[in-house]
Parts: sequence; structure tokens; C-alpha cells
Amino acid sequence: MNFLAGTWIGEWLTGLGRIALLSREAIASVLTFKFSRRDVLYQVYFIGIKSQSVVIVTGAFTGMVLAAQTYFQFHKVKMDTATLAVVSVSMCSELGPVLTALMVAGRVGAAIAAELGTMRVTEQIDALRTLATHPVDYLVVPRLIASTLAVPLLTVESMSVGIAASYFVGVHLLGIEPTYAWWNMLKYSHDSDVLIGMVKSVVYGGIIALIGCYKGLSCRVGAEGVGRATTEAVVYSSITILIVNFFLTMVLEQLCVILGL
Amino acid sequence: MIEVRQLQKSFGPQPVLEDVSFQIENGESVVIIGRSGGGKSVLLKHIIGLLQPDAGTVLIDGENIVGMNERQLLRVRRKFGMVFQGAALFDSMTVAENVAFGLRRHEHLTEAEVAKRVAAALDMVDLPGTEAKNPAELSGGMRKRVGLARAIIYEPRIVLYDEPTTGLDPIVSDSIDKLIIRVRDQLKVTSIVVTHDMRSARRVGTHVLMLHARKIYANCTPAALFASTDAVVRQFVDGVADP
Repeated sequence: MNFLAGTWIGEWLTGLGRIALLSREAIASVLTFKFSRRDVLYQVYFIGIKSQSVVIVTGAFTGMVLAAQTYFQFHKVKMDTATLAVVSVSMCSELGPVLTALMVAGRVGAAIAAELGTMRVTEQIDALRTLATHPVDYLVVPRLIASTLAVPLLTVESMSVGIAASYFVGVHLLGIEPTYAWWNMLKYSHDSDVLIGMVKSVVYGGIIALIGCYKGLSCRVGAEGVGRATTEAVVYSSITILIVNFFLTMVLEQLCVILGL
Repeated sequence: MIEVRQLQKSFGPQPVLEDVSFQIENGESVVIIGRSGGGKSVLLKHIIGLLQPDAGTVLIDGENIVGMNERQLLRVRRKFGMVFQGAALFDSMTVAENVAFGLRRHEHLTEAEVAKRVAAALDMVDLPGTEAKNPAELSGGMRKRVGLARAIIYEPRIVLYDEPTTGLDPIVSDSIDKLIIRVRDQLKVTSIVVTHDMRSARRVGTHVLMLHARKIYANCTPAALFASTDAVVRQFVDGVADP
């Protein structure tokens, strides 16, 4: 593999390997309870509670615009009452988890990379190590657990707000008949849509925390290094979420069919 | 006892340490001097396992820490306290939380006991009553004192100081030197101090190691170093630039 050394492919593979090692170390730490519950709670507050406004606004306006666009197309073929069903399925299995994850990646992934990057360049991470504390136990694991807990909860919030907002737009602004719209939504939305959304959001929560932590812990010295780590954390998390979303959709939809969900 | 044998370290193509060997007995106060960028801090970080060498061994009480993984090193590091050049205080925590960090992580004490130990550590570094302050509110000298309080609160046997007086005025530097001596004498710790400051080296050291051209060039007492007629030693001690 020496021929790859110094090339972008080599660096990319090295980065993947390092993230895999960080993940292994973090999972081992989770399984052996080497983290503090207090740190996890603080991170749940930071990642979950503090991200709510961003997620609510994103969910609401996505639901509203989706309802409007769907209505404008369906109205042409007299299928107005199917509008909420389309919004509901889209919000639960695709838009809810993906848009929530992208917004959290922008807010939390950047903050994690900047905080850990600053700690690295000011020797605070070395100080942790001299105080006989493993940086993965103290810094990575609480963020990983909190992110995998908070992102699904935020996704549920985004789905609910999006559907409620679409109901408001569809029924009160566009004049869709509410009873049929509601009936069709319940008929065409399945438990499996919500389940797929939840599984995706857990995976995206892990991706955001791991990439943010990796970029922060491996950032280069200096203000430029921290800036670059922050940008890369957001860009790489977002791209990874979008790529993983395709594969997860294919696998989970097939799995639901096989399991009869 | 700390023993370093034939230590070698390079960063990429740049060699930093070559064949560095020395021994430090328990209770000694050793000063490591040398030119900027000469590898003093790198050597210090090898002693506590923050860096791994390319070759050589580092023995802490007879146990070779080279090749240990991070979790094995955590056990060894409980023997150490370290004061960083920029203090490296956790800026999201108060002074009390910084100082109590090691205690809270590794000892099962009540909050009252933690508060008592924190107050005692801050008293020792002449900063009583600063528990509630944030690191951003402290001067450079105060930050280093808090860093020292954090390093000594769980009573380590070895304390490492990375340029403790750099960037401080002579009066604050003197107070830090006195503090290093007080900690050494009261807690009976082994001290290793990396410094450029020759006044500081003379005051706190019972032994001096001089790094030059990637090797240990001099290993002697401060008195012998200051009396040396060797050209390289004299140039450093007298602070004379290359012609």
C-alpha cells in the first residue's frame, strides 16, 4: 500500500482507519462503563435541548413546503386528500431523519470539532492524559451516547412538527378536506416508516459525534487548524449522512418487506 | 526511579533526540536545559508517555512504559503530575473544578472532602479563595499556580514542569521557583523542570541535564555547570548568540 502514501486516497483510507479505531475504542469504553453519567447528561442537554429550536423550525417549514408542493401537483389530478399521506411518509422515513441530522451536524458537529480542536491545541487533551484520564472516556463517549440518544428524539420532534405544520397549511390555507386527508394519512403511513426513521437517526447521531470528535482530536496546531477541523467535521458528516441514507433506505426497506412490517 | 536508555525520536525526517540516556533518583530535583526547539519538552513528554519514541526505553520504577497502550499508561501516569507551559487549564471549568478534576475521577470522596483538599492545594500555591474564578480571569502566574495545584492534589510522586517560568516577570518567576522548592520539600516528590531560565535552574535544581545537538551534553550539578569552561556550556549559561 506504500504507493498510496501521500495521495488523497491514502489519506482518505488512513482517516477511515483512524475513525474505525476511535469507534472501536469508544464502543469498548461504553460497554465497560468507563464514562461519567453526569457528562452524558450535560451533552444530552447541549446536543438535544439546545438544538430544539433549529430542528423545530426546519421540521415545520419542510412540512409546510412539502404540503404546498404536493397539493399543487395532486390538485391537478383531484388527489388533494392524499397530500398529508405523502408528507407523513416522507417526514417519517426520509426528510425528518435526514434534515434533522444535517441541522444537528451543522450545529453540534461543528461545536464538537471546535471544542476538542481548541483543547488539543492548548494542550488540554494532554493535560487530561497526564491526569490519568482517557480522552475517549471523557470526551468522545459522552458525546457519542448523547448524540445517539438526542438525534432520534429530535427527529421525532421534527416529524411531529412537520406533519402538524403540513396539516395546518393543507387544511387551513389550501382548503383540503380534513377528515379524508387525515384518514389517508393514517392509511398510508406505517409503523415501518417511523421505525426506519428511528434506525436512521440513531446511525446519524453516531456519525455526527464520531466525525466531530475525530476531526477535533486530530486537528492541526493553530487557529487555522481548528477552523479547518470545524469545517471538515460539518462537510464530512453531512456527506456521510447523505451517502449512508441511500444505503440504509435500500437495506431497511427490503428488510421491512422480508420481515412483513 | 526514572531511567531513560538510548532514546531516539524523529518527527518525519527531522531527528529530535538521539541516544539520550540518563537516570533520576527518587526525590531528586532535575533541571533540563537546552536551546529552544532542542527537544526538552519532547523528552519530558516521553517520560510521562505522552509521546512514544522511535527506539529506546523509559523505565518508571523499573517498568518500561515504551510500547504500552494508552490504557496501560493511565495506571503509570497516576504517579505523575504535570504543569504545562501554558498551564492547560480546562477553560470550561472553574479553578476549583480544575483542581478537583483528578480527585473526582479517581478517588471516591464526598464533596466536602473534595472541597477541603482543593482549598488545601490552593493554599499551598498561595491562591486561597480563588475556587470560584474562571481560568480566563487569572494572570499567567496564577494560571501556572492553579496548574500546579491540579498536578499535586492527588499527591503524585513525580512532578514534571514544562517551562514553568516562561513568559512571567522576574518577581513572579521567583515565586514559582520558591513554590517548586516548597512542593519538592513538603511532598518529597521527584521534580523534573524544563527551563531556559538559568536563574531558575540554579535555584531549583539538585542536578542539571543539558540537551545539545539532540544528545545529553552535560549531566552535572548546577554548581559544576556554572563553573564549566566548556565552550558550548558557557555559551548557553552566559546567553551569547552565535557569531
